[in-house]
Amino acid sequence: MQHSAHTEQLAIEPLYMTMMLIGVLLYIAAVLRSNKKLRPWPWHRTVFWCAGIISIALSLEGPLAVQSHINFIAHMAGHLLLGMLAPLLIALAAPMTLVFRILSIPSARRLTRLLKSRPFFLLSHPVTAALLNIGGLYVLYTTDFYMAMHHNLFLEMLVHVHIFLAGYLFTVSIIYIDPIAHRFSFIYRAIVLMLALAAHGILAKYIYAHPPTGVPREEAEAGGMLMYYGGDAIDLILITILCYHWYRTSRPRMAGAGEIK
Amino acid sequence: MAITNGGSVDHATAKNRVVYSSFNLWSGFLFGLGFAAFVDESVFHQLLHWHHFYDKSTTDVGLVSDGIFHAFSWFATVGSLFMYANLRRRKGLWPKRWIGGAFLGAGSFQLYDGLIQHKVMKLHQIRYEVDLFMYDVVWNASALILMAVGVILVLQTRRTSTKAKAER
Repeated sequence: MQHSAHTEQLAIEPLYMTMMLIGVLLYIAAVLRSNKKLRPWPWHRTVFWCAGIISIALSLEGPLAVQSHINFIAHMAGHLLLGMLAPLLIALAAPMTLVFRILSIPSARRLTRLLKSRPFFLLSHPVTAALLNIGGLYVLYTTDFYMAMHHNLFLEMLVHVHIFLAGYLFTVSIIYIDPIAHRFSFIYRAIVLMLALAAHGILAKYIYAHPPTGVPREEAEAGGMLMYYGGDAIDLILITILCYHWYRTSRPRMAGAGEIK
Repeated sequence: MAITNGGSVDHATAKNRVVYSSFNLWSGFLFGLGFAAFVDESVFHQLLHWHHFYDKSTTDVGLVSDGIFHAFSWFATVGSLFMYANLRRRKGLWPKRWIGGAFLGAGSFQLYDGLIQHKVMKLHQIRYEVDLFMYDVVWNASALILMAVGVILVLQTRRTSTKAKAER
């Protein structure tokens, strides 16, 4: 089983690779097109996008991806890259803003209408996004899903897509880099982020104490600790950005308003 | 009180301090709590290896409490520093009250960790393979001292804040 999964993994790599390459090229093409009409797109956003794509690529192919089939620690490193770091970097690249800059006005209106629709509202609600994100991890690591994933390539791809999309959805529901249709207050998002971080840490310790089926104890312990501290590190960036946004919006409005009467 | 609160501060700052009195206290409190949690994590978990990542006797509620406390203190550290920056920007920083809040926050965390998390929820002990009694006494007594310092500083600044209000 292990061997066939490995061969299939090799077969799927060119597909992943092509998708990553297309992702980079599309973004750069959009930047070039946008720069013709509007003021230059900040270069650091392009850097974030490329770094995000590289994070995805590292988790899906190459040595780490191969190792992640046989080693739980490597699997967890891949999970941190795909589900936390890549979504953060991609969110910082502001892809929706870029899309709006190159769309014609009628298409932009249609897209806005779609983003404002009820299903989208429910999906991008911070609580829904947190449940999809952290809930998915609980299903993966506390049931036999983790084992099943390694024996079925389709299931594995599905898990990868879910981990990235749920991570991205959660990130953009907490920090507003792109324009967003329904905004939630700072304190609301702070509480959701805190609870999600707590649930992530609890699951990490649970994995440490109860290894998922088929995972040796030492690997589960090291993997659980990597999940705990790795999650902390990436969430520290999220927390800092969220607090910075609060700091920026709560600045004294008028000149001399520093002294409030 | 003129010595401790810097009698030299101008009238506007003195007024702002009163306006942002509770904001000063909360910012300090959250920072103290976050800082104590950070010291707990870096010194007792990582450097000394006295605390353990996980202890078999941990209750389920202990695991949840630890997760929420850990996340909250992580958030509090960052959030309180932005609150501090906000106070400075608005010229409303009241250092003594802020430090009082920090002592209170650090002591509260220490006491909650020492009594509830270590003893009731059995998250982990202070140190392993030693007689715990003295460790527990020192841990919780230090928590009470931190809290006492915090309470004194906060009460002292409260007195001046009511006085300043009366003067207005």
